[in-house]
Amino acid sequence: MSTSRFIEQIHAASGPLRIRGGGSKDFYGNALAGEVLDTRSHAGIVSYEPTELVITARCGTPLAEIEAALAEKNQMLAFEPPRFGDGATIGGVVAAGLSGPRRAAAGAVRDYVLGVHLLDGAGHLLRFGGQVMKNVAGYDVSRLMAGSLGTLGLILDVSLKVLPKPAAEATLRFAMPQGQAIATINAWGGRPLPLSATAWQDDALTLRLSGARAAVSEAAAALGGERLGDDAAADFWNGLRDHRAAFFAGDAPLWRLALPTATPPLDLPGATLIEWGGGQRWLRTAASAADIRAAAAAAGGHAALFRGGDKSGGAFQPLPPALAALNQRVRRALDPEGVFDSGRR
Amino acid sequence: MTARDPHDHPAHPIDEDTRSKLLAELAEILPAESLRVDFEDTKPYECDGLTAYRQLPLAVALPDDEAQVVAVLEACHRHRVPVVARGAGTGLSGGATPVVDGVVLSLAKFMRILGIDAASRTARVQPGVRNLAISEAAAPYGLYYAPDPSSQIACTIGGNVAENSGGVHCLKYGLTVHNVLRLRVATIDGEVLEIGSEAPDSPGYDLLAFMIGFEGMLGVVLEATVKLTPKPQTAQVVMASFGDVVKAGDAVAAIIGAGIIPAGLEMMDKPATAAVEDFVHAGYDLDAAAILLAESDGTPAEVAEEIAAMRAVLEQAGASRLAVSRDEAERLRFWAGRKAAFPAVGRITPDYMCMDGTIPRRFLSRVLTRIDELSREYGLRCANVFHAGDGNLHPLIMFDASDPEQMRRAIGFGGRILELSVEVGGTITGEHGVGIEKVRQMCAQFSADEIMAFHALKAAFDPLRLLNPGKAVPMPRHCSEYRLTASARGK
Repeated sequence: MSTSRFIEQIHAASGPLRIRGGGSKDFYGNALAGEVLDTRSHAGIVSYEPTELVITARCGTPLAEIEAALAEKNQMLAFEPPRFGDGATIGGVVAAGLSGPRRAAAGAVRDYVLGVHLLDGAGHLLRFGGQVMKNVAGYDVSRLMAGSLGTLGLILDVSLKVLPKPAAEATLRFAMPQGQAIATINAWGGRPLPLSATAWQDDALTLRLSGARAAVSEAAAALGGERLGDDAAADFWNGLRDHRAAFFAGDAPLWRLALPTATPPLDLPGATLIEWGGGQRWLRTAASAADIRAAAAAAGGHAALFRGGDKSGGAFQPLPPALAALNQRVRRALDPEGVFDSGRR
Repeated sequence: MTARDPHDHPAHPIDEDTRSKLLAELAEILPAESLRVDFEDTKPYECDGLTAYRQLPLAVALPDDEAQVVAVLEACHRHRVPVVARGAGTGLSGGATPVVDGVVLSLAKFMRILGIDAASRTARVQPGVRNLAISEAAAPYGLYYAPDPSSQIACTIGGNVAENSGGVHCLKYGLTVHNVLRLRVATIDGEVLEIGSEAPDSPGYDLLAFMIGFEGMLGVVLEATVKLTPKPQTAQVVMASFGDVVKAGDAVAAIIGAGIIPAGLEMMDKPATAAVEDFVHAGYDLDAAAILLAESDGTPAEVAEEIAAMRAVLEQAGASRLAVSRDEAERLRFWAGRKAAFPAVGRITPDYMCMDGTIPRRFLSRVLTRIDELSREYGLRCANVFHAGDGNLHPLIMFDASDPEQMRRAIGFGGRILELSVEVGGTITGEHGVGIEKVRQMCAQFSADEIMAFHALKAAFDPLRLLNPGKAVPMPRHCSEYRLTASARGK
């Protein structure tokens, strides 16, 4: 049983362990450090109840296997986790906490985490949350795992809420400069339209409608624009989701800025791609980390060096001292010996 | 770690000297009318919506501004005096019940909506703002705040954050945790922290998601930014009758299985329907063993499409009667019964206890059958109201609190229902919180190691355990006692 091997490795660890699944997101977060704990032996879907909208899987289960099982029942992971490589595992999806194009409409990874089984730094098996959608017993440790990058404990199993695939989708494109696009998507976001994704790049705003057939066709007719064919639309959104679009190619540092959606265009050099109704902005730039972080902070958001560039200053925006101290205390509460303190978050 | 041994009693009685020093300091911090110490002034705060538990506090502080809240917390921290934060006091699990020799910190005066940003669809509000008041303020922009607990006329956003409140529409629109973007929080030692932000996420751990549902144990909410949702153009509801609850449960699964996420999906059993119909005359089918309400919202064409699909599924699932609301008045009448279920049951019994377990829906018939058996075993009536879409069951146990024997049986019956929820893989509380009401049953749901992890996390925020002591997480020794009792009962 792989769990007992994990426990042995935890007990034997002389320095921090670095939890790793398929390694498709090795580039993400602070510099890699520590001995690898490979999760891939702990794999498989434990249970899947389509009518209860819940799937439970072991951490090393390939994301592709989960998506295939869901697709068979016409369901999906609504947060559209990026697939940066074939080896991506569900444990990595949750630990990285990254969401795709549907995030602004449907929510993030953490919004779909219902429960986890964990191994803590002492090798204790802990169960938090469960397989039900409403559960307020005890602190919400399960959601805390989303985005923790393996620094709080080892996610053994995770239960996720799933959703039916929309009955219909349509993708529309509008020629529009950045400032107008941001204003427009925020205004449309305030109307009862079935918007499920937005993207702006190179003076083109692309948006996706998803929902009941009638809702999608009505909204498409009302909004106008150029309608993309189904294949072109799927390619476009998958290209964004999985970073296979041309914008993400090449070696220039890739920054991810998370901002209040209505923030006007930032005065930073480089190419910009805007998602999530204005809330997520990608930047290919050689600007200094200090300038980028200052601009993000001034707008009420933060910036992470997502890929490439020089991570020696840290991948993530530094926290104010009191909050940084609280983060450390929370980390130590679950892992006092620092077994998972790889420094990646 | 500076945490005390969790085997310690959470709150020691304080001596007279500490008491008088603290009261003198609070009198310095607060205007006279904002500090209540006398019996008749503190009496109204002795309980929350869980009226079975009562405790007079040492004092009630009603600060007007953030500086006063922080100063009150600092003073209590200095003197090692427990603090219980309180919103409207509508909670059903005793989360705001005062503790012995503790201060109640009422946020009732924090009633300002600080701003509505129509462009980014957010509202910045103080913690004492009522849930419904946010939607009222957002209405001119065609927006509303989606989570709608039954108490939404009275309950406050601070309390909603503390309990991670749900409502009848949370299957589609989410719980409080899905609709809050940012909190401004004071810790017990007077530090003010920004948790989350108006951006989609924040650096560091997701403390926002972690803190929502904290039951007043980790900090005091000073301000919240919430997400607003565009108001759907229209809504319609289907009411379906079923000859037995199993069929009704299967119908719910069939709707979800057909790829439909209704805006609301509620079930009531026969005792609940009977109590409600007598009260509000909603036109419910009194012969049905269970009735289902399934709502669709959106554009008129979208609603028509979804209602037709749901009708077909419900017919296929063996509904004995079907009615679709023909206009807004009828839709509201169909819902009126569901929304009045608790007061309706209140009319036919001197007292009732509302349970809050969530279960995987496939075990519904097993759980309802067992509740019926327990009802006979304990000699108490029980009506069931069910957020069927998300498996959150509210059995209402009817009893007379003036009879200590009945009170004892009601508590026993309730405890057994919660344990039953855990047995089938569910939880003891879906949306009402643990509070003091269910703190013992936490031992049924969590292991000793898990309980210790909760205590360690609590200590990261509040090492002296001054915030709401004795609530939400049991002391390990209470779990040892609980397990002995449970095994003695032959479980």
